[in-house]
Amino acid sequence: MAELGRIVEKVRSKNAGPFWLTIDIFCGNSDVFARVSALPTCRVAALFGVDEASMKRFDIADLNVVKFSVPRPVVQGTRADRDMHGAAWACLLAELDLDQVPAVIAAPDQSAK
Amino acid sequence: MTRVLIPTGALGLGYERAALARGVANRPDIIAVDGGSTDSGPSYLGRGVSKYSRSSTKAEWRELMQARAEAGVPLVIGTAGTCGADAAVDWLFEITAELAADLGQNLRVTRLYCGQNAAFLAEALAAGRIAQLPAAPPISPEILAECSNIVALAGAEQIQAALATGADIVIAGRTTDTAIIAALPLLRGDQAGAAWHGAKVGECGAIATTNPASGCIQIEFDAQGFTFTPLGTSARATPYTVSAHMLYENSDPFILYEPGGYLDVTEARYAALNDREVRVEGSVWVPRPYTVKLEGARVAGYQTVALALLRDARYVEGARAWADAVIAQTHARVAAQLGLAADVYDFEIRLIGIDATLGALENRRPVPAEVGALAIVTAPTEALATEIAKMANPYLLHHALEEDEPMPTFAFPFSPAEMSRGALYEFCLHHVLHTDDPMAPFRLVITEVGHG
Repeated sequence: MAELGRIVEKVRSKNAGPFWLTIDIFCGNSDVFARVSALPTCRVAALFGVDEASMKRFDIADLNVVKFSVPRPVVQGTRADRDMHGAAWACLLAELDLDQVPAVIAAPDQSAK
Repeated sequence: MTRVLIPTGALGLGYERAALARGVANRPDIIAVDGGSTDSGPSYLGRGVSKYSRSSTKAEWRELMQARAEAGVPLVIGTAGTCGADAAVDWLFEITAELAADLGQNLRVTRLYCGQNAAFLAEALAAGRIAQLPAAPPISPEILAECSNIVALAGAEQIQAALATGADIVIAGRTTDTAIIAALPLLRGDQAGAAWHGAKVGECGAIATTNPASGCIQIEFDAQGFTFTPLGTSARATPYTVSAHMLYENSDPFILYEPGGYLDVTEARYAALNDREVRVEGSVWVPRPYTVKLEGARVAGYQTVALALLRDARYVEGARAWADAVIAQTHARVAAQLGLAADVYDFEIRLIGIDATLGALENRRPVPAEVGALAIVTAPTEALATEIAKMANPYLLHHALEEDEPMPTFAFPFSPAEMSRGALYEFCLHHVLHTDDPMAPFRLVITEVGHG
């Protein structure tokens, strides 16, 4: 069991304007960066309930940072929004088990192809 | 060379007093401070009001006005009053005039208004001069007309025009976070990539340092790059803290779009000058056709909320079924007594302690000690929202999971139980306006204030 939040320095999520969310994973060193960098984007897409094709991803070795940006599934402040500043999305990533084989998540991807 | 003093990431957030004094002693060329953001949601733009209290804004602004007088240089605030709507600009102008009289300062105050006329924008839309940004909602002349406030984000050119009026203080409506910092270095011919990159690193004050709460920083811009200096007693900047700031609230950490072009920091080089200052060179500004971003907010209904607390273990465990039943019974009562179909309004109950934050994305299922049932009614009028919330009240207070059990009662923390939140606003623009003349969508008003 390797919860992402327990091996990295910090995970933060914030709005990048009202229509986007951005999540920064500060890995702290190159070993942890390599582990986090191996995380498939489709797992993060499934975690956030967004279309993988709509996501931006940046693996920045110089900073040991992995960054994901996603269009907000609900626009900031609309009736269905629950998190005005996009603060809690980081928790979903922090609780992700990097060692877990994502069998359940991988299956729909394969059937879709 | 241009030295910009940035007292804090936003007026109202606070800063270290000694750091501000240090910054003034360093003889800056301008003092620039941000006054807002969309980050607190659409209500502030929708209503044209500040999220910070008038008293705390006035207290901090007073100190910055004193610092300005001591430094003898212009003081510029961008996105005044959280949202930068015209009414928020006037709100800060009124505070400024009161303080000028109090402090015995005679000042030229220039207001930069960024409010947009819906009819003007509808013409631009028809003429193909409005383009959508990624993930933008659809717009129409009707949606533009429904906005209670639309603002265009001013860039460096509009701040430069305001400074050119000889202003002691510039109170700008909505600007990009960076424009107030980049404007003077650009005007003086410092390197353009550095002007925008330094401005991005500095726009949140000391967030790009080891001590964000210290607030004050200083940036020196020149023909080759910029030097970032924290002013807080214990604050340090490192190549890491400075380069990592491009990640902050930015969907792409290498590119930043601004009016008239974009900043590309892919090739930027960061070097520690000592244990607390950082030098940056190699950032590139790429000019493009001139556009300004638009933000608008409109009323999307009215909300009334109520909160009931479930502490009985059986109800905590059955909270979802209980909430679903409360919703169904309320819909039935509204249909029977108001003759309204369920699609005319919205009624939901978010279960605090279960999944109120993440909704369907929540993947933990612990059983908490208690659950807060946050009932939210959204309806076309405030009166109707409250009427429906009152109809839900008996169910929120007494609904039993089983028909044949004695009537339960749940904890209400408040009387009255219903709380009207007033209008619910939503952002409805994520677009840019093409304009050949950067000043065309903006207006300057110059006023002399003080004790006469």
